[in-house]
Amino acid sequence: MTQQQSRPKPIPYPSAETQMFWDKANEDELWIQRCIDCGGKPYFYPRFFCPTCLSTNVEWFKTNGKGKLHTYMINHRPAPGFADEAPYAIAIVELDEGVRMMTNIRGIENLPENLILDMPLEVMFEEIATGRKVPYWKPMAS
Amino acid sequence: MTDSIRYKVAVVGAAETTNIGKVDGMSSLMLAADAAMNAIRDCGIDKSKIDGVFSTALGGISLVQVAHYLGITPKIVDGTSVGGTSFLLHVRHAAAAVALGYCEYALVLMGESGYTRGDNIGLPDLRTESAPSNSIGAQFEAPYGTFGPTTSFGMGILRYMQEYGLTHEQLAAVPVAQSKWVNGNPRALRPNEVTIEDVLSSRMICYPLHILECCVVTDAGGAIILTTADRAKDFPTKPVYILGTGESVETPLVSQMEDFTSSKAFQVASTKAFDEAQVSRSDIDHMMIYDAFAHLPIYGLEDTGMVGRGEAGAFIAEGHTSPGGKLPLNTNGGGLCYTHSGMYGMYLMQESIRQLRGEAYNQVPDVRVSFCQGVGGMFAAAGSIIWTNEPPH
Repeated sequence: MTQQQSRPKPIPYPSAETQMFWDKANEDELWIQRCIDCGGKPYFYPRFFCPTCLSTNVEWFKTNGKGKLHTYMINHRPAPGFADEAPYAIAIVELDEGVRMMTNIRGIENLPENLILDMPLEVMFEEIATGRKVPYWKPMAS
Repeated sequence: MTDSIRYKVAVVGAAETTNIGKVDGMSSLMLAADAAMNAIRDCGIDKSKIDGVFSTALGGISLVQVAHYLGITPKIVDGTSVGGTSFLLHVRHAAAAVALGYCEYALVLMGESGYTRGDNIGLPDLRTESAPSNSIGAQFEAPYGTFGPTTSFGMGILRYMQEYGLTHEQLAAVPVAQSKWVNGNPRALRPNEVTIEDVLSSRMICYPLHILECCVVTDAGGAIILTTADRAKDFPTKPVYILGTGESVETPLVSQMEDFTSSKAFQVASTKAFDEAQVSRSDIDHMMIYDAFAHLPIYGLEDTGMVGRGEAGAFIAEGHTSPGGKLPLNTNGGGLCYTHSGMYGMYLMQESIRQLRGEAYNQVPDVRVSFCQGVGGMFAAAGSIIWTNEPPH
């Protein structure tokens, strides 16, 4: 009989198109892509082509690591591996470069009165498994 | 003017499963078959005439199994699977198939053991295992502790509140309004009327959503039989004619919605349906919006153009969608009160058909045109259907 045990936190496994994103995360840098052919518009999640014009003439670049809290929820029924953190915010950050991504908010108690939409955030990285750093966001140091 | 589906196809049979809510000992496929038998009985069709089968992967089972299980060798199958609105898309695809003659009688069916997990009977419990995945969701959302729709679907609510001034009380007014419709229906999992205080004092699931702002979880199923408007005259049931349909998809990741206060797929699907139906918003006298969570009727009313941008919260809170209001909405009580097995779209349509036939539990007087707006995934997909009980003229 197998012993019931809770699942660990999900670890992101890079795919062919996202390897660069995760390699740079391991260096504490947040990199995304932009199109060279249609005005340099940044996009996320990683694709080998521009989702606007389908050009494959795209490049990776380092973001400035700054953004704003766009929206969020605060989860009271933790996902596997998150029991110690509940209730925790699952949030959307809008980067200065215009793209949005999901995140958790570090460095501040995750309460509605603390989490004000459009508050400035900055990126940080935590190693959640050996050799795998994940980006998180925290209130910008004033 | 291009050729249109308008008034070419009608629903002749429609039914839900015999039992609904918590149904022991039945798999999703068994529930679907039970619903199909009820729809066949509803209109008295000879099963051997059914030559089109439309459904999604029920408990992971292919349409080949579904058709063979029912003893049907179809001339067309469609297993479009885009979440809970899939069945609205099946009705749309079935209507096109019937109009074009790919089949004469189309069966759209579904069953889902969403509460008792009847598909897993006899299997070992694998809940402690998590298969590695490098899908974009597994890479860019799951690491942040998402865990099903409760942790993602409402992601835009706070943004919506900030942009349009929606209050927590107005959000709570959505399940309150729908609880007035369910009005003791014994088939509903939450049959009782609730107040705003009840909603706001209920358990917090994922801020800002309390448990009464989240749908129930049930076992249920349903089936619909369609044929041409001409053949529909041969049946004892009151035909429900399709006037217009639409569908679209936006994003597989809620974090990549273009606008967190609006569903692009709702807009595309509903615009197409209204264009095809040749009716205006003011012609709609009954509406169903897929309500997995309390904010969906708000987004649904606005993105389909039934009310203006930012107006839906007040519209619902002021009682306009409640019994006696000018736009009866989610009159079965919705996913929030009536039933929700995981893919709710089938039950939207069943209630529209019941209202148009005049046989709903809480019947609205003089319904002529009903509008269903479905959602799949978390604003990933949308289906729209406008139907009427008025014969072609």
